[in-house]
Amino acid sequence: MNVVVCVKQIPDPAAPASLDPTTHTLDRSGKLILDDSDSYGVEMALQLAANVEGSEVTVVSMAPNSETSGLRTALAMGAAKAILVSDGALAGTDALGTAKVLAAAIRRAEPDLVIAATESTDGYTGTVPVQVAELLGLPSVTFAKAVATDGSSVKVERQTEAGYDDVECSLPAVVTVTAGVVEPRYPSFKGIMAAKSKPVDTLSLADLGIDPSEVGFTGARQEITDVSAAESRSAGEIVVDEGDGAQRIVAFLEQIKVV
Amino acid sequence: MRTRLDPQDPLALSSLLDADDLLTIQTVRRFVHEHVEPNIDRWYEHAEFPRHLVKPLGELGVLGMHLQGYGCAGASARMYGLACRELEAGDSALRSFVSVQGSLAMFAIWKFGSDEQRLRWLPAMAQGDAVGCFGLTEPDAGSDPSGMRTSARRKGSDWVLDGTKLWITNGSIADVAIVWARTEEGIRGFVVPTGTPGFEAIEIRRKLSLRASVTAELVLRDCVLPADAVLPEVRGLRGPLSCLDEARFGIAWGALGAARSCFEAALRYAGEREQFGRPIAGFQLTQSKLVEMAVELGKGELLAWQLAQLKDNGNLSPEHVSIGKLSNVRQALAIARSARSILGANGISLELPVMRHMTNLESVATYEGTEEIHTLAIGAALTGQPAFR
Repeated sequence: MNVVVCVKQIPDPAAPASLDPTTHTLDRSGKLILDDSDSYGVEMALQLAANVEGSEVTVVSMAPNSETSGLRTALAMGAAKAILVSDGALAGTDALGTAKVLAAAIRRAEPDLVIAATESTDGYTGTVPVQVAELLGLPSVTFAKAVATDGSSVKVERQTEAGYDDVECSLPAVVTVTAGVVEPRYPSFKGIMAAKSKPVDTLSLADLGIDPSEVGFTGARQEITDVSAAESRSAGEIVVDEGDGAQRIVAFLEQIKVV
Repeated sequence: MRTRLDPQDPLALSSLLDADDLLTIQTVRRFVHEHVEPNIDRWYEHAEFPRHLVKPLGELGVLGMHLQGYGCAGASARMYGLACRELEAGDSALRSFVSVQGSLAMFAIWKFGSDEQRLRWLPAMAQGDAVGCFGLTEPDAGSDPSGMRTSARRKGSDWVLDGTKLWITNGSIADVAIVWARTEEGIRGFVVPTGTPGFEAIEIRRKLSLRASVTAELVLRDCVLPADAVLPEVRGLRGPLSCLDEARFGIAWGALGAARSCFEAALRYAGEREQFGRPIAGFQLTQSKLVEMAVELGKGELLAWQLAQLKDNGNLSPEHVSIGKLSNVRQALAIARSARSILGANGISLELPVMRHMTNLESVATYEGTEEIHTLAIGAALTGQPAFR
């Protein structure tokens, strides 16, 4: 079973982020790391692959530069190889453009199962995985909180507001997993050393037969016209217990619909 | 574009690191954050070694990570140094465990052992299934190990060991002890399974430093070992001293972790603590302390980085390591004390890591060569005149 995981390399969320003043896009010139939300997908893929004999996990990513440090994390965790689409013309690519590029790269890996996070933690559009599925002509199952496969079909517990749906679908398919579904393993030092010799296939747009005008700032169908700072958090309400403290807290919880 | 100073990395030294280095930092930092930070104050307070972390440390691959083969990862010296730094940012006890396991016990077997000894012990020790300790120091032989009294004599083809070793990290939890003893052929090393009759390890209690680490006295009384227990490839003090160089390299890196933890605690506190109507970070005297810490941390990182370069290129001398151990531990202690002063009364609490690191560093400054001994070693190399022999 060929399992492909879509991963994104993002600026370290612990470091101060900045936006480009003219394009309003995130400054990605510094060191990039594996998006934390993708580490769940990688872990899930590794677990599923371990249960189906002859399986292999491939990670696929896209970047305007040839940055691979985030991919190294996935390889150190146990993925067998990586495909990186790297091309200067990719800067400014929107979600649909990203999906086109990823779909073309994924097709090369002849996947039985494609796994992605529900959304990235830097952009949060959450639209790329289903666009990829559509472009590949594959069914997509989203918001998986549990996944099982025998190599021919996939069984998913799909998170809903009320609980979860049991969904089953034949492979190949695209599955998006929510954060926290599995506990991502530590990349061990043996894994880190082994990752040095694992193949990272770097492809250009030309290699994939994609016209540069379809991607980047020119191909983007969305434009960020303005950005503004998020509203700062206001001070909380202090409830002084005058014998009715418990009731007032329950009333508050009911008001915000958590009970 | 002009790069702004990052308080987490004032000299932007992460630009000196490659992808493997960054992955090393990320991995060990996560381990420390998840497994050490939540409980270290309790372990320290109750003088408990987190023995349950030995196996996970083995799975992480940090035990003997810089050694080649026998189940070890074969990582670079710099990756090993960075791992030590991140572990010691949690607590010196963790780094001490890893140093003794990997750089003293495993290294001695790896470098001087027979193939049988390596196969018997190294994979199990790398996995965290067996713990090692290293017996060199004695009650009356510290800085001058040539004065050791522990002896090994022949009895037929066997060896019989007698003597006492003191201040032995991991001693009472170890499965195997590397014991150095005087023989008719000079000082030799022995691989002693701790279940051997005549071997006893007594834990040293009432410590005020490295409280989350196990320290013991090893007592050997008519301890009979087979002929193949001796490390075949070395005779003389060169054996144990070369192991110490390995461990000291890790200490030069590790001390930076403890120092960074103190600096970060002080920087955070100074920004939050208000006196005279404003954060104490706004006072010149406090800024002077914080700046001094940041400057010394940056210098220490560069020093450690250069030691790693030398080690990875095979050009590291014992005196280079002495410079690193001497300077980085001294500065780490100064940073810990200065951080404690910024924290005021809160600085003595276990709620914050600073005094814990400070008391740990008092041991780190002494073990593996005191400041005085490293000074004399460097002095001898500089002048050609040994002042201690």
